[in-house]
Amino acid sequence: MDLLAHLPALQVVVPLLAAPLIVMLQPRGLAWAGATAVALMSFAIAVTLALAVLNGHTSEYAMGGWPAPFGITLAVDALSALMLLVVTGAGAAALLAGKPSIDQQIEPSRQPLFYSAWLLAMSGLVGIVVAADAFNIFVFMEISSLASYILIAGGPDRRALPAVFKYLIMGTIGATFYLIGVGLIYMMTGTLNLADMEARIGDVSDINPILVAAGFITIGLALKAAVFPLHVWVPNAYTQAPHMVTAFLAACATKVALYVLIRFDYMVLQAELVDHVIQFALFAMPLAILGILVASAVAMFEGHLKRLLASSSIAQIGYILLGASFVSVAGLSASAAHLFNHALAKGGLFLAVACLAYQYRDLRLSQLGGASTRMPWTCGAFVVCGLSLIGVPGTAGFISKWLLINAALQSGPWGWALVGIILLSSLMAVVYIWRIVEALYFQAPIAEHAEAPLTEAPLQLLLVTAAIAILNIYFGLFPQVPLELANSAASVLLEGRL
Amino acid sequence: MKLLELLGYFNYWVFAIILTVGLYAVISKTNLIKKLIGLSIFQSAVFLMYITMDKVEGGTAPVIQEGVKDQIFSNPLPQVLILTAIVVGVSTLALGLAIVVRINECYGTIEEDEILDAD
Amino acid sequence: MTAESAILVAIGLPLVGALLIALAGRIGANVREAATALTSISLIWVVWGMLPTIMQGGRPAVEVSQVMPGLSIAFTVEPLGMLFAALASGLWLINSLYSVGYMRGNHEKHQTRFYACFALALSATVGIAFAGNLFTLFLFYELLTLSTYPLVSHKGDPATVRSARIYLGVLLSTSIGLFLPAIIWTYSVAGSGDFTPGGILAGKLNDPEIGLLLALFVFGIGKAAVMPVHKWLPAAMVAPTPVSALLHAVAVVKAGVFAVTKIIVYVFGIEFLFAAPSSQWLLYVAAFTIICASVVALRQTNIKRLLAYSTIAQLSYVVMAAAILKPLAEVGASLHMVAHAFGKITLFFAAGAIYVASKKTEIHQLRGIGRRMPWTMAAFTIGALSMIGVPPTAGFVSKWYILAGAFEANNLVAVFTIIASTVLNAAYFLPILYMAWFEREQEGGKDHGEAPILAVIALCLTAILTLAFFLFNGPVIELESQVVQGLNQL
Repeated sequence: MDLLAHLPALQVVVPLLAAPLIVMLQPRGLAWAGATAVALMSFAIAVTLALAVLNGHTSEYAMGGWPAPFGITLAVDALSALMLLVVTGAGAAALLAGKPSIDQQIEPSRQPLFYSAWLLAMSGLVGIVVAADAFNIFVFMEISSLASYILIAGGPDRRALPAVFKYLIMGTIGATFYLIGVGLIYMMTGTLNLADMEARIGDVSDINPILVAAGFITIGLALKAAVFPLHVWVPNAYTQAPHMVTAFLAACATKVALYVLIRFDYMVLQAELVDHVIQFALFAMPLAILGILVASAVAMFEGHLKRLLASSSIAQIGYILLGASFVSVAGLSASAAHLFNHALAKGGLFLAVACLAYQYRDLRLSQLGGASTRMPWTCGAFVVCGLSLIGVPGTAGFISKWLLINAALQSGPWGWALVGIILLSSLMAVVYIWRIVEALYFQAPIAEHAEAPLTEAPLQLLLVTAAIAILNIYFGLFPQVPLELANSAASVLLEGRL
Repeated sequence: MKLLELLGYFNYWVFAIILTVGLYAVISKTNLIKKLIGLSIFQSAVFLMYITMDKVEGGTAPVIQEGVKDQIFSNPLPQVLILTAIVVGVSTLALGLAIVVRINECYGTIEEDEILDAD
Repeated sequence: MTAESAILVAIGLPLVGALLIALAGRIGANVREAATALTSISLIWVVWGMLPTIMQGGRPAVEVSQVMPGLSIAFTVEPLGMLFAALASGLWLINSLYSVGYMRGNHEKHQTRFYACFALALSATVGIAFAGNLFTLFLFYELLTLSTYPLVSHKGDPATVRSARIYLGVLLSTSIGLFLPAIIWTYSVAGSGDFTPGGILAGKLNDPEIGLLLALFVFGIGKAAVMPVHKWLPAAMVAPTPVSALLHAVAVVKAGVFAVTKIIVYVFGIEFLFAAPSSQWLLYVAAFTIICASVVALRQTNIKRLLAYSTIAQLSYVVMAAAILKPLAEVGASLHMVAHAFGKITLFFAAGAIYVASKKTEIHQLRGIGRRMPWTMAAFTIGALSMIGVPPTAGFVSKWYILAGAFEANNLVAVFTIIASTVLNAAYFLPILYMAWFEREQEGGKDHGEAPILAVIALCLTAILTLAFFLFNGPVIELESQVVQGLNQL
């Protein structure tokens, strides 16, 4: 077997094994360097896998050589390749940029542990994406969740602790719901392998336990994915987490749960369950629409920068769910594209927030006056990523909005109403992004900042942030690669099913 | 007949009741430790569900012995799975308790409403 | 340089220029101004260099990126866009000259940001002019909005920020809320959004929908300032005068009416639209805007706000001319874009010059100012006469063509509107001229002379252009007739 064949396993194993080793790297610079190197390596693996998928090469890997329904399998198709790019990209970029910010927020003695938890979180998220059986998804989900609880609790503010406790309770309930669902399906089908499950669900005599399982799984994952109204843990957790952790997790954590949700509802359950299409759409669409509108409205009146962006994340999850709820190739590829593009925009925004936070301790909008003259590059990057979040043409965000609107138009007689909602929420995004822009550019600095010398964030932080901002424009003008992945992901998910 | 059918699902009823008890505790208690206890009960219910479904009537432990053929044994897989899930549950509980300890250090209380008032 | 690569150079040049200006700003003001001048001269060289090709009927086109199947960033140069780009790039040079005088004379802050954003806005303008399909047009349309926002909010005080918020709010919300759905609708009906002579919608839409789509386009393109989406234009007057002059008399607002005209001609097709009764409303809305804005202008006391409302009215001339849907009127529409540009930029230059020299912003303060600033007021007079449409000024030529088109279509509403608005224009401009030249100055005013020399040179140049266009408009008419000829062939 050549190396390429082992890549799906390496993708998980490399960060997983590196995590305990990092703890031993005591001088903190080394721990950072080690973790970053591992994260970059993971990213390189993800890129290689994505290229392989683009060349029509879907990787499957049987752990220990045991064949599919019996052994544990890892699989990488177009959708997982896209997710892998997002997860490892976000993890690596945030680490690469984050040293100054992490040094500022985390005590030196705890940093090796922090980096180790970071790698564990990353390997857990990656594991969810590549795992091809239901129980391993659960295990990886818990690995990533436990690690991210630790990461979030690392925040210097004591309010991080109640926030993380809430997240822990809700995350565990979500994961346990998922476990119940998997158990019920296993009970009826006797398999855990996703592909096998899909094949056997059709033969089940009594469909009721499967329906219950579908309910448990969908709700449990919706809780993890922060689908409105199960999102209450998000604003506090994102706000209180260390800034780099927010940048990492906001870009990918909830999306991975959403990825599993889509995978389960389309691959495993959709095919054989009568009316599941309609039930899923009926469940997802109203929640998505409510989430988009309510969360955007909340963001419009939010006074704290990170909280505002966290609210906006909930709205964006709504977009992804909305695309999925159309149950069409167009809708799903819009969702998949938005997974990628939103990660790019929101990751960039939170990185810029980290840059700002390096100078401004208090991130309430009213405190941010004068930032544009002190930190022109940061503010510039923030504006570009903000435009991408709004969906201005020429940025990545526009591409997925365009796809989503097209999918909405094809979705049926209510298409125009949905288009109206999407456009309305885009306008709401204009409002909340522009509130920040006005605060950064036109507000007078508050008294204690007025005298301080003008300084930018550290170069390291700034360069990565700028690079992400440029990528937002690049993928707005040349979106071929993510779009191709998104399209083939959508057609794989719906293959022969419509 | 109907009653018998319901009684036949006895262990699942137990699972459902324990599950609800646990969830209720998580939601209604304001004491963080009690919340965690509720969470533990909630998870234990699921363990029970997995264990109960692998039981085959008259089955024994799945150990291959020489000379014994056509032995009926219980499905080992859910037990293995649940062993993993128990480990996960224990670590979650441990982490949860650690956070409660930290909360107690920072806030001097583990009552949810008092913590909310403190900020 | 081939015409194809010239397109990309024309769009890229101001971008590079913006970067150069930003860098040069670190070195010194003179270097920065030199960078601006250099960029605008090379832009003129590139853009005007394309003129012969277009005059001979060439239509260079280039595709940059296929964003999605059927959706690409592509450019095509055709006569309307050529005219617009030539106009904007030419006036940018004069405006830069004026800016130097104005910004220095006024001791404005953040001048580097000002010049850099100006260059960005020009890049967006050229992009709009050369856009080969609706998506590209939309892309640069939004870029223009965003790049002019820092210019409008230049001063940065709370009142300015509030006005800039209106500016951005109206332009972005109309473009996202109406323009974008219209574009998506077009793509989904016609399968493409390419600007094609004769239109792409013929036979693909039925009657009431045509009117609805047209409404989405016209009101979605807020830059055309058709009532009721005109509020941003008076709000934008908080910007420094060079911005109002080039952007809010030429580049931005003309981008609006240009886009409307282009969509009427190349997306709907004028013959298709003429046959659809549901498209008639546009003419009435434009006529209403002309009359209404002129009446509002009558009641303004601030010079720049008066000019803003006058601009709103004049923009609707172009929209109305396009909505007459007759070849002569389409030529009139493009002529009026040029004529109004020359006249209005002169007026704004004059208003700015008055402000720099005397800090006067209100109309009643202008008594007797003609004696102190003879050059400025002479230019102002020429601009005002052109707005009214008195020969020998540019305004007369375009009005002539629009009227001819209106008669060709037997459109009495248009004829009446033009006559009424001419009267109204005279009613708000002539008193100013009388006041400035013939009344006595108030006692105790500031003692001042002419504005900075650069500013005066700039405004005299544009005034001369206003006069010259009356005599030498042949090439423009010839160029724009191609638009109509292309239509007749189909």
